[in-house]
Amino acid sequence: MGSLLNKSRPPVFCPGCSHDRITQTLDRAFLNMGLRGEEIVIVSDIGCSGLFDTFFNTHAFHGLHGRALTYATGLKMTQPNLHVIVTMGDGGLGIGGAHVLSACRRNLDLTLLVLNNFNFGMTGGQFSATTPSTAQVGSGFLNRLELPFDVCRVAASAGAAYVRRCSGFTKNLWKEIESAVRFDGFSVLDIWGICPGRYTKRNKLTPQIIEESLAKMPPIKNPVPENQREEYGRHYRNLAAGQKQVSPPKKMTAQFDPIERKRMDVVILGSAGQRIITAGEILCLAGLTAGFQTTQKNEYNITVLRGPSITEVILSPQAIGYTGIERPDVILALSQEGVDHRIGLFDSLDNSVLVLQAPGVSIPSCKAEILQPNFKSQKIKSTDWALAALIVLAKIKRVIHLEMLKTALKYKFRNKIMNSSLDLIERVRAD
Amino acid sequence: MGFCLMEGNEAIAWGAIDSGCRFFAGYPITPATTIFNTMLKLLPPLGGICLQGEDEIASIGYCLGASMGGLKVMTATSGPGISLYSEHISFAIGSEIPIVIVDVQRLGPSTGSATRGADGDIQFLRWGNSGGLPVIVLAPVDVSDCYLLTIKAFNLAEEFRCPVFIASNKEIAMTRENLNMDAVDVPKIVERISPPTGKPFIPFEVPLESRIPYFLPIGGDVIVRQTSSTHGADGYITTDSDEIARVQDRLKTKLTSKVKRFSFHESFLEKDADTLLLTYGITARAARDVYQVCKSSEGPISLLILKTLWPVPEELIKEKAKHVQRVVVVEMNLGQYVREIERILPDKTIDFLGQMDGRLISPNQILEALAHG
Repeated sequence: MGSLLNKSRPPVFCPGCSHDRITQTLDRAFLNMGLRGEEIVIVSDIGCSGLFDTFFNTHAFHGLHGRALTYATGLKMTQPNLHVIVTMGDGGLGIGGAHVLSACRRNLDLTLLVLNNFNFGMTGGQFSATTPSTAQVGSGFLNRLELPFDVCRVAASAGAAYVRRCSGFTKNLWKEIESAVRFDGFSVLDIWGICPGRYTKRNKLTPQIIEESLAKMPPIKNPVPENQREEYGRHYRNLAAGQKQVSPPKKMTAQFDPIERKRMDVVILGSAGQRIITAGEILCLAGLTAGFQTTQKNEYNITVLRGPSITEVILSPQAIGYTGIERPDVILALSQEGVDHRIGLFDSLDNSVLVLQAPGVSIPSCKAEILQPNFKSQKIKSTDWALAALIVLAKIKRVIHLEMLKTALKYKFRNKIMNSSLDLIERVRAD
Repeated sequence: MGFCLMEGNEAIAWGAIDSGCRFFAGYPITPATTIFNTMLKLLPPLGGICLQGEDEIASIGYCLGASMGGLKVMTATSGPGISLYSEHISFAIGSEIPIVIVDVQRLGPSTGSATRGADGDIQFLRWGNSGGLPVIVLAPVDVSDCYLLTIKAFNLAEEFRCPVFIASNKEIAMTRENLNMDAVDVPKIVERISPPTGKPFIPFEVPLESRIPYFLPIGGDVIVRQTSSTHGADGYITTDSDEIARVQDRLKTKLTSKVKRFSFHESFLEKDADTLLLTYGITARAARDVYQVCKSSEGPISLLILKTLWPVPEELIKEKAKHVQRVVVVEMNLGQYVREIERILPDKTIDFLGQMDGRLISPNQILEALAHG
């Protein structure tokens, strides 16, 4: 097995740059592991670390700043046997912080090599997430205002299973890299290095100072005991294998004659939590049982169990164009806020329109026929009013009949909910 | 014959599955979330992968990785998420990574109104990338379109190696409708083309008489390079201006030269009409009603419903507008696509009706615009 270095594209780092040594050493680690170029992808970030993929005869993926771990995740999930090596600088750590944390939490088998040289080399030595507050950098006084972070402690607390830091000049660097690559899970190797083009122009940093600084860092037990767990990709595939396959939704066949084969527009005005949208769906399904075309347009706010909830259902023998309802045939007025939100609907109702007015809901005076079922005295909870209103319609044979409704309920619900909704049909009186 | 009841978002998910999509990643956002929910139910049991990203940038980033790993991929979001997708949309364009991106539009600007519909991203989808190269945008009208255009979107993304958008709208995405998927006339499913064997693989080399490079996955037996940098055929960064110019031109022309082949639309032309009503998306439903009303009482108009918005199907629009003096453009924004119509039909009277308040444009509003301009 030969070197995987790309002979036609030798490294182009500044003289004395530790990236150069890391490039050679990464090759040695690959060599030692007996890996072929086809078994590896180098996913490189932006900046000098972003050049790494070009120096190797391996698969390569070079993308946007800070996002290398996102591509690596998609690749590894798709190609589980591939060794995925991410090269990222301290700049990428900062801009891609959310991705670093997520990769730590996930434990997908990726290797993150942090080429940590304490500044943005390529763009002029600005400060990064790891620049010491005391350093002289290309961002003026700004780095004096911020604390650098220790990627190893951040990674360990975010759940990374393998976390090591080392010098880019250590003799054992190849072993460090190999061990990180071999780890079955997400591994972070924080490699401290020197940027002669920028950082060491104004700051003193030597291999020896790096060694001394590393020795002063709080030790991290590696592999991190509390973060040991199953590798994400395998775990995903195991759980996925247990998921039940979903068939396309069953079709509802037309099986009944409708009460009248004409278009009917029904608006349900209620509140979130009253199962307004579900009632609209049931009305649509009931329409399908009699061969109607149907649409259901919904309106509600972003709040979950608060605020108006409105559904507009059209049943029609012909294809339906516009899905809004301006001249309803039936209004189910089930909550005050629902009515208030569409108060204009009541302006021009004629006596062919039916309004079903639930207890405690006031509506503007209008010419419509008004029905006031006393759901309260029938001890029907307000969460059931929408379904109860459909039951009233079916019992008085407006829009739908009981067979249509029952068939829709049996299609939509199973077991307990189906039984309780069929029970409700018995309990609701249409007077 | 029977129907199922489905919302637009579910139909998009089924369209993706039936196109062979096996990777989806998304971040929860109203009104696109039910695409994620549906993909999460459908994909894992099929051996596919559905992930929830830590943000939208990650979600589309996963998709780009997975697409280069060889899977058909899709993501879905709304305006705020499309904003975050931008850098990766540019990447997918420039580096020819097939992906279907669903934008379930909601009322903007910014976080706007999560549960109100709009077609406010129509120019943003076209121009929201660095470099300004063309993209394909398809616009469904109803639930059936959501299913069919998703399949067509995958076919185009795979064939042309590019991002393809589906410009949906809350009012299609979360509106339920009867649908018979079996009755939809589904096109043949397109797959990526591998290079012929026996020759070294050059990742962005274009075969003779084609503008699309062959595809091999990262992780296969042949080494593949992918890069967001300006690159030559070999997938390495290049500074050769002539080579750069050739690639940019190819990225543009590979789509613009073929738009006739995918100018999806519906048209209803009336011989005596002097007005063409032109619209797309959810508003087309009201326009269909208006066309019928005009035909039976108000005096006939012609109707053109565009389902391919970008690249602009210019020839189609010119052809359909040939015999009218006036074109009325209606869209759920304050005037976006109408700019394209003004540009390509300089000799016609172009009137515009737009609305951006979360409400659908009604047939009556369109009738009034037709009557009064």
